[in-house]
Amino acid sequence: MAITVKFFASLSEQLGMREVLVESKDRLTVEEIWEQVTGNREIPAKILIAINMEYARYDDHVSDNDEVAFFPPVTGG
Amino acid sequence: MKIAIIDKPFAPWQILSEYQQTLKSGCYGGTAVFVGTMRDFNEENEVRGMTLEHYPGMTEKHLEQICLDAIDRWNLVDALIIHRTGDLSPNDPIVLVAAWSAHRKEAFEACRFMIEDLKHTAPFWKKEKTNKGARWVEKNTPY
Repeated sequence: MAITVKFFASLSEQLGMREVLVESKDRLTVEEIWEQVTGNREIPAKILIAINMEYARYDDHVSDNDEVAFFPPVTGG
Repeated sequence: MKIAIIDKPFAPWQILSEYQQTLKSGCYGGTAVFVGTMRDFNEENEVRGMTLEHYPGMTEKHLEQICLDAIDRWNLVDALIIHRTGDLSPNDPIVLVAAWSAHRKEAFEACRFMIEDLKHTAPFWKKEKTNKGARWVEKNTPY
């Protein structure tokens, strides 16, 4: 299973990552992907998640070729 | 319906005027418009510039959905959202939202809904350049 993981704005700067590819034999949750990519770093408060560009939750499962994004509260407009 | 993300300065009133000319005349009686403009102050600091980042793909998807929801809920004639990204200077327009409807109530309510929904759900992030250095804006003002 291959998952594209994206980070935006202040979170991307804090982690020093914008985009990484995660490969796994198991079907992972969003939380497990976060742990794998960040080395079990604590999830900052208020971080939002999207799977395939739709808002999602930490316990949602991802599928092969999904795109998962982590980002801080939005501040457009 | 029109949505656009623009990475260079834009002229909201010109875009509005040009788009309105494409609508069928006589079918709308009310047009409500919101234009958001960059300030030169925020939270007691002087703001000299701003960078607006977004999530390409998700942003467009959300702006389209906001327009579709508003058109459906208020039976609008049409709706439009334009949003800036990239490097901005004070007084640059940030966002243009417009709603056209048969009567004023629907246009006002739909326009308010669209800008509020955009501020709460559309994946944009502001980074300000202030007199005390650069900082990410952590949250929007409630109103």
